[in-house]
Amino acid sequence: MPLPEITDSFTGSVNRITLGATKENGGTRTNTVTIGGARNVVYGGSFEDASEKPVIAMDVLDTRPRDWPDALVQAYDDVMDSPGDWAKKCVEEFGAELICIKFDGIHPDKDDKDADHAVKVTEEVLKSVGVPLILWGSRNDEKDNQVMPKVSGAAKGEKCLIGTISEINYKSLTAIAMADGHYLISEAPIDINIAKQVNILASDMGFPLERIVTFQATGALGYGIEYAYSIQERQRLAALTGDKMMAMPAICDVGYESWRAKEAKLEDAPGWGSIADRGPMWEATTAVCLLQAGVDIIRMRHPRSVAVVKNFINKVWS
Amino acid sequence: MALTGLEIFKLLPKTNCKKCGKPTCLAFAMALAQKRAKLEECPDVSDEAKEKLSAASAPPMRKVIFGTGDHQVQVGQETVCFRHEEKFHNPAVLGVTVSDKLDAEAMKKRIESINSLQFERIGIKIGVRTITIVNDSGSPELFAKAAEAVKEGSDLAIILVTDLPDAMAAAVTKVKDRIPLIGCATPKNAEAMAKIAAENKCPLIAKAESIEALSELTEKISGSGVEDIVLTIDGESVKDKLYNYSRIRVLSLKKGFRPLGYPTISFVTGSDDDQVALGVSCICKYSGIVIVDTIEPYALLPMLTAVMNIFTDPQKPVQVEPKIYSIGEPDENSPVMFTTNFSLTYYTVESDVEASRIPSYILVVDTEGTSVLTAYSGDKLNEKTVADAMKKYGIESMVKHRKLIIPGYVAVMSGKLEEATNWEIMVGPRECSMLPKYLKEVWN
Ligand code: B12
Ligand code: SF4
Repeated sequence: MPLPEITDSFTGSVNRITLGATKENGGTRTNTVTIGGARNVVYGGSFEDASEKPVIAMDVLDTRPRDWPDALVQAYDDVMDSPGDWAKKCVEEFGAELICIKFDGIHPDKDDKDADHAVKVTEEVLKSVGVPLILWGSRNDEKDNQVMPKVSGAAKGEKCLIGTISEINYKSLTAIAMADGHYLISEAPIDINIAKQVNILASDMGFPLERIVTFQATGALGYGIEYAYSIQERQRLAALTGDKMMAMPAICDVGYESWRAKEAKLEDAPGWGSIADRGPMWEATTAVCLLQAGVDIIRMRHPRSVAVVKNFINKVWS
Repeated sequence: MALTGLEIFKLLPKTNCKKCGKPTCLAFAMALAQKRAKLEECPDVSDEAKEKLSAASAPPMRKVIFGTGDHQVQVGQETVCFRHEEKFHNPAVLGVTVSDKLDAEAMKKRIESINSLQFERIGIKIGVRTITIVNDSGSPELFAKAAEAVKEGSDLAIILVTDLPDAMAAAVTKVKDRIPLIGCATPKNAEAMAKIAAENKCPLIAKAESIEALSELTEKISGSGVEDIVLTIDGESVKDKLYNYSRIRVLSLKKGFRPLGYPTISFVTGSDDDQVALGVSCICKYSGIVIVDTIEPYALLPMLTAVMNIFTDPQKPVQVEPKIYSIGEPDENSPVMFTTNFSLTYYTVESDVEASRIPSYILVVDTEGTSVLTAYSGDKLNEKTVADAMKKYGIESMVKHRKLIIPGYVAVMSGKLEEATNWEIMVGPRECSMLPKYLKEVWN
């Protein structure tokens, strides 16, 4: 019996985005990173329809984190007080394709650092690594509105990915990202309609839809990943059926979420295996799982998880 | 695949005799297509039509069962490609290999390790459900001996893997009462393997290098009377396999292509870490059975959790039992807070309370498995449901103080809740990740 043809090819596709600006393009990055472009679901259709290789952004915090589990501290202890060295280590030793500076230290409940500090960290990291950057606020709206525009300015012209903007707080960051030539991350709480709404709001301010990446809150393995998984699948399907407001590449925050999981943190858990293995594997599994649903950038933390996921991506996306 | 009304109409007598209670054959055909009528209601339908119609109404992916008793497993009969469309029905079965080359002692140890790969998450037991004996030795005697040893040492469902019919015949007689899944039938040995499967009433794995070859192979196998088939793709890169499993899923479910309408099995190899990554990919993208070599708990626990998550019903959230949970060893002076019985919410709160290292009581209110704000806006979380839960689970007798910490997102219910309970209401942070800091500040 001859095989029937699979006819339902999709009409739409995920936007293709190139992050980072090299010298020719007015920046100082040594390379750019292109993401998105999928014309089918993951493993759907033929390989030509697959997205660009998903990439890993490794997290660098602007101040030394105080609540990181030992497994992570061990990997970065020597560089945690110097975001520049930290970023360098991620790129040179662990193969990070992007660096995500997470400005936790500016949060009023954490170190309450000011804009000068954030600008200095940004400049340091820009100097120490050549990969494109992601600049991620603290999620305290008031403080982010004070600090992130300055951070944006410090990286002007570098074509960074900056965020996040939300339904209730998007105006100042959208305006400055547009002026400084960056790309935006729009955030929604596992909700397609809110995600669309944020994209519409940014677009209404004149921000090009082709320069947005969406962030649907990530749930870790065992802690709500099924919602994140299905929302990413639905977003991909919306893009493929031609919904321009949902055709953005997607980013997810695997590092932060998976290292909060009990399985990654609980020292004494008989029968679960050694904590040294559990944490990295929880993070890697969360990442691989979300890759199946269709995401383009994954924020990660542990070198071993990064190695496993990169190895997987290399097998399946080339 | 389901037939349309018009396709069914073509198979009916077309006499419009009305004996079925419908005015015309066409009306009856439409009713059948919408499952509002049963074929038996037409007394004149031909045998040929009956056969075609019943074949068309069979599920597009066959259900395959192996193993016995409490350890029986069931795979297949999936109906959708994306879990949000309906749900994935039969959770992927995870299994681990045992080589027949192991000496008796090593084999016993390995079987015991595999048996112990059982865990509990969110109050639900998850674990390895099948043990796969591989005929690495090529010897029928050793394969049969290994089958006996596994039967002796484990209750898990058994899979027997060899390409040699002789070896299969020798091993299957030892364990046929356990209804093993056996394989692999290939284009070369299909006849002999199908015969063994038919004689021993075991489901059979069909293995070929392409999906074209696979569909010819299953036609041949089902032609010889073996209906319970599991598919596997051999000899290609990991990438090709994953794309092919997706094609099989689409061809069987969307195109109703019978020769591929069976569950699939993947054999995953590589370093322990790489097996986890590939295993999870197979779990999400359409392998009903995933067999790994690793026996590391740190590798199995995340894979099993992935199965649990991906196969939950998206329409019915996973819930925890509403009651009072003790975190650490709280006493009569410990803080009391409430949250909802949505597993995601509860476990998020629980891990943050744990992180605070302040022993506490968490009162879980029954909100039918919805998050804090979803429950509040759906009126499942209000002063009455909280007060009732406090009474029902007897929090009053567990602490001396009368202070209740509530989620920051529902600060608006403070006033009414204070009235309904006579407890002092303390509004906690919105995000429970801030609970450790908050508790340290307010509870000292
Ligand atoms: C998924 C979802 C659903 C799912 C349900 C999933 C589920 N099992 O609950 C579905 C699709 C069914 C749904 C339905 C509805 N939803 Co809804 N939903 C969501 C969504 C996107 C995520 C909810 C979630 O899972 N959150 C994650 C969990 C972990 O969060 P959480 O329970 O709040 O817990 C956090 C905090 O509250 C806190 N916390 C929890 N417990 C405790 C305890 C203490 C002591 C402390 C200090 C802190 C704390 O820590 C947790 C982590 O930060 C939210 C958007 C959002 N921003 O949350 C909307 C949202 C909650 N939904 C909303 C609405 C309006 C509804 C509907 C009424 C819509 C409708 N008109 O039909 C229905 C109601 C259904 C009903 N009748 O019960 C609104 C609520 C508006 C409001 N501000 O009150 C939201 C906020 C969306 C919006 N912005 O409009 N929803
Ligand atoms: S009983 Fe059969 S033949 Fe008669 S009208 Fe109904 S479908 Fe047609």
